[in-house]
Amino acid sequence: MTFNRRTFLGGSVAAAAALKSPSLLAAGHEKPRVVVIGGGPGGATAARYIAKDSEGKIDVTLVEPSRTYFTCFFSNLYLGGFKEMDELAHTYGALAMGGVNVVHDWAIDVNAEASNVTLAGGDVLPYDKLIISPGIDFIDDSVPGWSIAAQNAMPHAYKAGSQTELLKAQIMAMREGGTFAMVAPPNPFRCPPGPYERVSMVAHTLKKTNPTAKIIIADPKEKFSKMALFQEGWADHYAGMIDWIGPEFGGGNVSVDPRAMTVTIDGEITQVDVCNVIPAQKAGRIAEIAGVTDGNWAPVNPTDMSSRANPDIYVLGDSAQQGDMPKSGFSANSQAKVCANAVRGALTGSRVFPAKYSNTCWSLIDTNDGVKVGATYEPTEEKIAKVDGFISQTGEDDATRRATYEESVGWYSGITADIFG
Amino acid sequence: MRPFRPYPLVLAAILAASSGAAEGLGDAEKGAALFEQCKGCHMVGDGARDRIGPHLNGIFGRRAGTQDGFAYSASMTRAGMDGLVWTAETLDAYIENPRALVSKTRMSYRGMKDAQDRADLLAYLRRHSDSPADIPEAEPTARPTDHDLDPAILALEGDAEYGEYLATECLTCHRADGSAMGIPSITHWPAEDFVVAMHAYKSKLRPHPVMQMMAGRLSAEEIAALAAYFGNID
Repeated sequence: MTFNRRTFLGGSVAAAAALKSPSLLAAGHEKPRVVVIGGGPGGATAARYIAKDSEGKIDVTLVEPSRTYFTCFFSNLYLGGFKEMDELAHTYGALAMGGVNVVHDWAIDVNAEASNVTLAGGDVLPYDKLIISPGIDFIDDSVPGWSIAAQNAMPHAYKAGSQTELLKAQIMAMREGGTFAMVAPPNPFRCPPGPYERVSMVAHTLKKTNPTAKIIIADPKEKFSKMALFQEGWADHYAGMIDWIGPEFGGGNVSVDPRAMTVTIDGEITQVDVCNVIPAQKAGRIAEIAGVTDGNWAPVNPTDMSSRANPDIYVLGDSAQQGDMPKSGFSANSQAKVCANAVRGALTGSRVFPAKYSNTCWSLIDTNDGVKVGATYEPTEEKIAKVDGFISQTGEDDATRRATYEESVGWYSGITADIFG
Repeated sequence: MRPFRPYPLVLAAILAASSGAAEGLGDAEKGAALFEQCKGCHMVGDGARDRIGPHLNGIFGRRAGTQDGFAYSASMTRAGMDGLVWTAETLDAYIENPRALVSKTRMSYRGMKDAQDRADLLAYLRRHSDSPADIPEAEPTARPTDHDLDPAILALEGDAEYGEYLATECLTCHRADGSAMGIPSITHWPAEDFVVAMHAYKSKLRPHPVMQMMAGRLSAEEIAALAAYFGNID
C-alpha cells in the first residue's frame, strides 16, 4: 500500500484548516443543543450516547411523557407468565445522572423554521438537531368497527403497559372453552414476529388455565416472519388449539363489533370472548407534525437516519422508512447509535464512522423453546439494505432451543442497560 | 490508552466520502427493461401466473423446482432436492449460464453475459419478493462492503476510539460491566484471545449464527480495534 497513514494525514492538514469549524453551529448560545422526542429504544439510546460521548459538550434534552417505560419487546412473555410487568418497567434516573435533561411532557409541535419544539406544558425547546423516535400510531378505521374508544373491549396491547395488563386479565377471565381472536396487522408493522409470538404465549397460558379454549387469527398476509417455525411449534405444543386464517380464506376481510364481541371474517360472524385487535400502523403523529413524513412513514437517509425532508431532523425506529430493517426495538437501538455518532460529529467535529446496522428478533414459542432471526444491514444509495442474515431452523434439538431462549433473556438485560443506562 | 489520534475533521471528511456505499443489487428500472427478454416465458408482478416458465413472484429464497403446480424438468427438481435455493448469488450464476448450474434445465436461454445487466435484472425481480422489513428472514438486497479495502479504516489499526464506536453494536447484547447472563462476557480479554476468537467466527469455524454474522463483516483492523477497546474498558 503506497497510501500510508503518514502521507494520508500530512497531505490533508491544509484541507482540515480550511473546513468551517462545526462549533459555529452553536453561534448565539453556549453549547449545541439536541432535543430527542420519545424515550424508547431509539430516543433513549440516542440521548444517552450523545450525552455520554460528548462529555458535556452538547446539551441533550429527552422529551418523554411516561415516567415509567414498559418495553414492548418481552411483553408477550408477560402474557405467557414468563415475566412480571415490573420486569418490563424502566425509569429514566440513570439517563438523568448521565447528563440527559429528562423532561416528562408531550411534544405537541415542531417548528422546523424556528428550530424549536413546543411541549404540552407550554415550554418551548430550541434545538440545533432534533431526533424524533415516537414509535407507532394506529391508522384510523383500518379495522372497521374498531377505534381507540373501543380499546378496552378489544385491546391492541401493541404499546406495552396498561393495555398488556388488560389483555392478560381478559385471557385469565375467559370462560371455559372460549375463543381468543386476534386481528393481525398488514405490513409494515412493529415487530414482525410479535403477533405470532403473542399467539404462542396466549396458547401457553390457556393450555394451563383453559385447555379447551380456541385461538383464531385473522391475517391479511400470506406469509409472516418465522412462519415455518411458529407453525411447527404450534403443531408440537398446542395441537388443535390455533386456527390461522390467511387471506386465501378471508383473513384480510375483517370487521369487529366491540359491543357484541363479534368478529366478522369474510362475511361469517363469530362470537368471541377475547379479541386482540392490532390495527394497521403509521409513524407517531409528531413525525407528521414535524413535516418529515411522506404517506404513513418518515423517509430517512440511510447513512445517518437524517430525514430526507429536513437535514436537522433525524427519525429513528418504527417511524422511520429506511429500507430493509424490520421495525423492532433492536433496530431502533442500532439506528440510534449510528445517529448519535453522526449528530455528535456534525455538532462538535468528532469522528464520524461508517454506518453499520444490525437486528436480531428472538421469539418464545413455549417453555425453553426459543427461536431467532437476525441480519446485518448497510447503507446503499437507495436505502438501508440487508447484507447478511440467519434464522433458526425447524427441527432443532431441545438444547439449542433452550440456549436460544437463555440468550434472549441475556439480550433483554443487555439492551435495556444499553438503552436506559 | 489511545495510541494514535488522527486529525478528527480530516478523517470525518474522508470517512463521510468513502462510507455509505454498500453495493445494491443493481438498477431496477434498467432491470425492468431487460426483463423484456424473459417475458416470452415468465411473468412477474401483480396477477402473474405460470406460463412456459414458472411465475417469478417470491423467487428470492425459494428452493429450486418447488413452485406449486409447475411441471419442472427432472434436472431442476433434482437441483432443488440437492439444496439449491434461489438467492442473488445463485440466480446470478443461473442467469449468466443456465446450464452451468442446472445441466438439463428446460430454460432455453443462452445466458446474460454482462454482470451489470444481471445485477439490474435481479434488482427488478427482487421487487417482487419478500421485503426484509416485513419478513426479516427474506434474502439480502445488497452485498456487504469490504472495509478491508477502505484506506481510511486501514489507518485506524488497533484504534480504541474506533473500537468504542464499533463496540456499541456488541453492547446491544453483551454487558459493558462484564457480567454474563445467557450471553458471555467479552471484557478484559487478552487482545490475542479476542482477535483469534473473532476470526474463528468470521471464518465460520466457530459455531453461533449471530456471532458468525457480526464478525463476518468486521475487517481485521476493526477486530483489532474492538480488542483494544474491550481489553481496556473501564
